[in-house]
Amino acid sequence: MKSARTSAESGITEELLVDLESAFRTGGERRSLRSAPSVSDVVFASTAFVAGLITVAIMLAVGTFLSLRAGDAIGVAGFDFLVEQRWSPETQQFGIAAVLFGTFMIAAVAMVVSLPLSFGTALLVTEVARGRLQRWLITIVDLMAAVPSVVFGLWGLFFLQANVVPVAQWISHYFGWIPVLAVTDEAGAPLSDASAFTSSSFIAGIVVALMIVPTQTSVMRETFSQAPLGEREAALGLGATRWMMIKNVVLPFGRGGIIGGSMLSLGRALGETIAVYMIISPIFSINWQVLKTGGNSVSALIALRYGEASDFALSALMAAGLTLFLITLAINFTASIVVARSRSGAESEA
Amino acid sequence: MLTTPTRGTAIPDLSTVEEAPKRDLRGVRAEDVFNLLGALAAGAATATLLFGWIAPLTGGVGWFVVAFLSFIGVYAYLVKLGAGWQEVQDRVVTVLFVSAAVILVSALVFVVVYVVSRGSVALPNPNFFTEDMKRAGPLDPLSAGGVLHAILGTLIQIGIALAITIPLGIVTALYLTEVGGRFARFVRTIADAMTALPSIVAGLFVYSAVIMLITHQRSGFAAALAIAVMMMPIVIRTSDVVLRLVAGNLREAAYALGASRWRTVWHVVLPTARSGLVTAVILGTARGIGETSPVLLTSGVTAVTNLNPFNGPMISLPLQVFDFVRSPEPSMIVRGFGTAAVLLLLVLVLFLVARLIGGRGPGRLSASGMRRVEQASKRDLARIERRVSTQTERSER
Repeated sequence: MKSARTSAESGITEELLVDLESAFRTGGERRSLRSAPSVSDVVFASTAFVAGLITVAIMLAVGTFLSLRAGDAIGVAGFDFLVEQRWSPETQQFGIAAVLFGTFMIAAVAMVVSLPLSFGTALLVTEVARGRLQRWLITIVDLMAAVPSVVFGLWGLFFLQANVVPVAQWISHYFGWIPVLAVTDEAGAPLSDASAFTSSSFIAGIVVALMIVPTQTSVMRETFSQAPLGEREAALGLGATRWMMIKNVVLPFGRGGIIGGSMLSLGRALGETIAVYMIISPIFSINWQVLKTGGNSVSALIALRYGEASDFALSALMAAGLTLFLITLAINFTASIVVARSRSGAESEA
Repeated sequence: MLTTPTRGTAIPDLSTVEEAPKRDLRGVRAEDVFNLLGALAAGAATATLLFGWIAPLTGGVGWFVVAFLSFIGVYAYLVKLGAGWQEVQDRVVTVLFVSAAVILVSALVFVVVYVVSRGSVALPNPNFFTEDMKRAGPLDPLSAGGVLHAILGTLIQIGIALAITIPLGIVTALYLTEVGGRFARFVRTIADAMTALPSIVAGLFVYSAVIMLITHQRSGFAAALAIAVMMMPIVIRTSDVVLRLVAGNLREAAYALGASRWRTVWHVVLPTARSGLVTAVILGTARGIGETSPVLLTSGVTAVTNLNPFNGPMISLPLQVFDFVRSPEPSMIVRGFGTAAVLLLLVLVLFLVARLIGGRGPGRLSASGMRRVEQASKRDLARIERRVSTQTERSER
């Protein structure tokens, strides 16, 4: 009823509506708005699809091949693979407890050394430096990411090794009461000879730290610079000093970046090979004393043992490599989720 | 009675108000400079005084640590003399930020300078760049032998790796951004996952899948495959980011003019993103050249020049560095540093080129590019005018 009245008011009669409707019905099909794909489009779309397919195929081939070959070794070793410290696949006694522990030990040293450096540099770049200095700092940090790891390894082996041993001796002399920092022989007597301090996880960790600082700095810098201008100005307008503003505005907003950046770089630190291989003297037992000679990492183990390896030993090495890959994979995915969440501003709304 | 307010803004008469001299809000006060310099001097003095007193703390690093700690302490005290705790906190934290950056930058500069200066003993010999190590033993002086074989090996390996990764990587990135769909999201996830692959595991994969099963010998091609597996995810991810930066309205304008999807990609998206794509490839190349661990397992070590990537071992620069410094001979170690310097310079040049190209945003042109575009549109104009004039002639006839 109502619709009839309104249409009558606007001058549209029932007959006209019926006419229009029939005109629509008989006026032909609805036009499709999609144009027919041209030949070049079909070729392009299918080429691109094939490229994507090849990429996925390569990547999946790596994953599948590693898991299949690693399966042999894990099948033999079983659960012992995770708790055994020795590595002698010939006698079927092998496990990654010691090498995995060593990997995390080196990564932990690297994180402790690199986090203050990257945190300070990122805040300097976003909050203090302006203009040309800011651009230069960003360029230098990016450049550092491109320096080959063998160059860092060379520096660590020939320079750092000799110069950091006195510091390590000093730390263990004064802080030896902390178990991790002590350097003792098997009987528990403290060692002070310089040869007990070379090729340690500590030295390898410092070199790895220099390699992961750029990743941390650039992720942190990106999230810090996204802290909202309004809140910054409000804090400064209330009389906050720069540090109070950073503490109360920038850091809460950038928390995701700090965590995500650290985790991404942790993934790199775990996989770093050549510098660790050059510096460390490999051992196959768990060494809690970070300053003491001897340590190991999964990647150094692979570089050390792949050459003389039989088929089965190679499969054991693959199992170790696969474990490392799965760990870095989990860390990277968690990190990218954390970073993505911090970017959408989820924390700022709470 | 209320008076009706006058409309408009009343501007008070300011001519009687005295203006104070403007305060400088940004400049550095002399006091701050003196605080900083004094604290620096005090830190250095304290460290020198204590040097050797706290018995085992010797060596340059120890001196530096003591100097730094006492510098921070003295600086905090000096600031406290003239300001409150808030300001002390602010100043000390700022100084800590600056010192973090100084440590970082000087570490980088020091690493580069240390390697180049120790390698500079080997670099002035011209034979270092023109000979291989075939006739030079560990005991030979630096005037014999060189790293030509490693330089050539690096170029061949990275060339093959680029021939695989550039087409595959960029077309895959185009698939992710321009075609899209559920499978594209899957491809992106897989590519992201592969960035986590440790480089040594990539090498181990090629070693056991290609060398052990198919070729039965190490070769330059196997090394190139390992490098390509490492570079692929990097190139895909960075190109994906660059292509996504191309403004959507450019694409829409092309579609509105009736261009097909392929023509839009070829004439609009790719030219706009060109500089970014080049940067992505160059940065990937810099990473690929420096990778040692995948090459260590796959290329094999040799002292002779081998130009055939499919037959026999072929060494590259990073592996040559690693191989040289394993020798106890001082001359070999010097050669190792020289090789590292060559590698470093190569990476630096690549990085600078990437910076020069990638410094511009998507679609921005350099001066010469601008001229080229201008020339092209002038040609177009001339062509159109010619056609118009012939058509008018025809219609007049």
